Amino acid sequence: MSKNQNIETTKNSISSTKHSGKTNKEIALTGVFIALAMILSYLESLVPIGFAVPGIKLGLANLVTIVSLYKLGIKNTIIISVGRIILSGILFGNMMIIIYSLAGAFVSILVMLLVMKTKIFSATGVSICGAIAHNFGQIIVAVITLENMNIMYYMIVLAITGAIAGTLIGLLSGMIIRNIHM
Amino acid sequence: MKQEESAIIKKSDIVLLVAILVIALITFVYIMLTKKPGAKVQISIDGKVEKTISLDEDYEYQVTTDMGNNRIVIKDGVVDVTAADCPDKVCENHVTIKNVGETIICLPHKLVVEIVE
Ligand SMILES: [Zn+2]
Repeated sequence: MSKNQNIETTKNSISSTKHSGKTNKEIALTGVFIALAMILSYLESLVPIGFAVPGIKLGLANLVTIVSLYKLGIKNTIIISVGRIILSGILFGNMMIIIYSLAGAFVSILVMLLVMKTKIFSATGVSICGAIAHNFGQIIVAVITLENMNIMYYMIVLAITGAIAGTLIGLLSGMIIRNIHM
Repeated sequence: MKQEESAIIKKSDIVLLVAILVIALITFVYIMLTKKPGAKVQISIDGKVEKTISLDEDYEYQVTTDMGNNRIVIKDGVVDVTAADCPDKVCENHVTIKNVGETIICLPHKLVVEIVE
């Protein structure tokens, strides 16, 4: 027991080595999470789920965002999302995609943070709200070029698909959050 | 309580999910039920109503402003923008409109064509 405690203390002293206000562990995890988010969004881009209605997506990268929100805090979550979007944008996209994605990410992270803070919902509810916020953010950006009466149908479709995809991603996130200890 | 904190899904999450699905369904039904054909088409330029035309008779209306030209055609109670010299052609490619509240917008020409009662 005392040996265990000793190890624990050593670990703590290592991980609390400050690096501009962050622990080394946090920095390492942030990097790993950016890489993971990039892989997930790349994987998702290989499977064209959104062929029928643009905007429908599973939001695999949101898995990383939610886990990070719970485990690494808001600052690191923003770093991870911005890092993922800019790096993916440079590698596979263009400037417009970067701006478009950043807008969506900020809306969705803000909503998820607020919902998380209320503590009413588990990660599943947080994920649902994030997915829908992201979809609605996209509609607002695209609203002018869309055909008028179809916008309402479009919103309904995106609300339903967002709720379902958000639930799946949220359940997965919840399992991960429960099983990683730091 | 501890159990509740670490639960991956709570009752409130299910309530949220069901509420969203129900609201979406109600909105869909509402749209379907309230959809009704309009009686007139209202043409606005830069936010000001320029002309209101009845849908009962076939009619062609040419909009010419400093910003450009749009040709609006009313035929069989359906309104269409058939020609425009705007760069994006969003208005020209737009589907025809006939129900109250439907619009065709030409952003470059600040033109709004809307179906009214
Ligand atoms: Zn136009």
